[in-house]
Amino acid sequence: MKAITLFFVAGIMAVSFFGCGGGEGSRNGAETRSERSSGRIDILGAGASFPAPLITAMADEYRGVTNNRVTVNYQSIGSGGGIRQFVEQTIMFGMTEAFLSDEVMKDVESSTGGRAFNMPITLADVVATYNLPGIDKGLVFSADVLVDIYMGRITRWNDSAIADLNPGKNLPSLPITVVHRSDGSGTTNIWTSYFSRVSDEWRERVGFGTSVSWPVGIGGNGNEGVAGAVMNTPGAIGYNSLSYALLNDMAFGSVVNASGNIIEPSFEATTEAANIELPDDTRILFTNTPAEYGYPIAGFAWMLVYENLDNNNAISNRRQAEELVRFLIWSITEGQELSESLGYARLPGAAVERNIAMIGEVKWEGEMIGKELLQVVL
Amino acid sequence: MQNQHTTGSIAEKPVSIIYRWLGDRIFLTVVVALGLSIILLAGAMAWVLTGESGMALKEFGVIGFLTGTTWDPGVQFRFGALPFIAGTLITSVLALAIAFYPAVAVAIFIAEYAPRWLGYIIENLVHLIAAVPSVVIGIWGIFVFAPWMRDTFYFPLYEWAANHQPSLLPVLGSPIGYGMATAIIILALMIIPFTTALTRDAIRQVPKEQREAARALGATKWEMIRMAVIPYSRGGIMAGAILSFGRAIGETMAVAMLIGNNNNFPFSVMGPAATMPSVIVNEFREAVGNLHLSSLMAIGLVLFVISLIVNLIAAYVTRKLSITGGQSI
Repeated sequence: MKAITLFFVAGIMAVSFFGCGGGEGSRNGAETRSERSSGRIDILGAGASFPAPLITAMADEYRGVTNNRVTVNYQSIGSGGGIRQFVEQTIMFGMTEAFLSDEVMKDVESSTGGRAFNMPITLADVVATYNLPGIDKGLVFSADVLVDIYMGRITRWNDSAIADLNPGKNLPSLPITVVHRSDGSGTTNIWTSYFSRVSDEWRERVGFGTSVSWPVGIGGNGNEGVAGAVMNTPGAIGYNSLSYALLNDMAFGSVVNASGNIIEPSFEATTEAANIELPDDTRILFTNTPAEYGYPIAGFAWMLVYENLDNNNAISNRRQAEELVRFLIWSITEGQELSESLGYARLPGAAVERNIAMIGEVKWEGEMIGKELLQVVL
Repeated sequence: MQNQHTTGSIAEKPVSIIYRWLGDRIFLTVVVALGLSIILLAGAMAWVLTGESGMALKEFGVIGFLTGTTWDPGVQFRFGALPFIAGTLITSVLALAIAFYPAVAVAIFIAEYAPRWLGYIIENLVHLIAAVPSVVIGIWGIFVFAPWMRDTFYFPLYEWAANHQPSLLPVLGSPIGYGMATAIIILALMIIPFTTALTRDAIRQVPKEQREAARALGATKWEMIRMAVIPYSRGGIMAGAILSFGRAIGETMAVAMLIGNNNNFPFSVMGPAATMPSVIVNEFREAVGNLHLSSLMAIGLVLFVISLIVNLIAAYVTRKLSITGGQSI
């Protein structure tokens, strides 16, 4: 018995050590999987966990579309892991909620002789969820109010700043409990980038990213951790993705956008937010969107693909490259049909346009396979 | 006489080569290989952690990293491990302090007082607590335990302090329910089974003669336990406590779910805090910056070293405190 217990203790300690090194498991997966390409093709991708349910559903659907010929294998290992594996060329496409930095773009250009494309594949929207007895919908927030709450300056719900935005609502004198994500997440990236856009003080003191140093509040692990803390604490405010809030019947507030309109979060309002003038490489954070009726706290999730596919070690032949491009085209067009039912907003026309322009420049050994396939498929 | 007869009869049978010397050799090779692989594995972990954390340790210096109190992946890109080291040590030490005496008492009850059937039931229930995955304990903590603690203890305490001793408020911190105090109590609950099981094993190993001698001198049952049983098993009890401490240091999920995850040092009693495993599990997946990632690896290295030290202390204490003082009888 003693031996067994000791073994158990040792095992648990070992697991807690191994936990630190996770996320690199499938380093050589791409090569071995692609060897057995006798008719069937595996497309291997990895990255952000937020779009994982959508990509998995797309993969299922796409296998049906291609009569089981093409299997898309997506591993949800987080944006950081997605970028690293993409740069190390162990996957055919990466997925991230933070676009590649100029530094990484430059590295890719010098190592493959071509650009890295950041292609928007879906949209993430973040809503302010709250727990106020008696007020289960329709609370209105403004950018300044949200920043002040997360800075710890507004500490009670009946503060005049909140009351002014919500005339006729009977706001209680509860203390505000601020809840944020404790794990690094794209949701946090969008939430804090919105704050950085609307408040100079936030940008200089806290900044934005997948994890930041929060001035106040408690951290919940994952969407469910934040939701749990919010739902169990009267007077709490947190932030969740819209689909998660809808699924769990949480109260969430509307936000006054840059044009002064009160926007109730919805998939349409999120799509609308991204329907703006996009740069050619789509590397843009459009929180606090200039779109008149766009929801201001939203962002892209990007698929990462090399311009010169032949220089990605994870892709071994032209057929694989072509199937990858076909999947890309499908996922930004027909694949988008899956969005609403899974709780994602559809890509706006402006983003699809940019994507098609980028796919048109994808090459295999100098040949413009992207352009050829676009002509065949569309 | 009997022994000689038995050995003789085996030797008379013709045995195949594998039972003579080849079997021993094979067994020796396998066992040595397995033993070495454990050493290699630990070495490989240390090697990778050291290599990966090099960037952070070079940037901030080893001392600078260990004593730095800022953890800011957003603006300054400065990383210091002190809040997490402090959080880990405070939660683990206090959890052990809370868990130790109840656990030893339960073990003594199981081993010495309880009727066999009752001891059996309690023992299995204790094992059951150890078998519950920590993420399940964490979920129970989020939805049941933390709100209950908040309403029963934290809020009344906070209100009392606000009315009578306002100077205590910064020490107490916000009474949200998710914070250091909750994490410590949950941790204590989680390590009780380990301390109990190891203590009970240590008590059971006390030779019958020790007990009988104490009884023969006229000791009551409690005197016997105090004078004969506990001194004899104290090495095992201490080792059990230290191994439980090691378990508390490495506990990740339940703590990350309940401690509130706040990197701003210093922490308060009820307010949110953070530990080394909790910051790793929280930020590792989505850490995009190289320095951020390297700093998380460096925290892993610190955790590795601290756990190693705890295990070495456990081994030393077991030897020193055992009744023979480390000498074999």
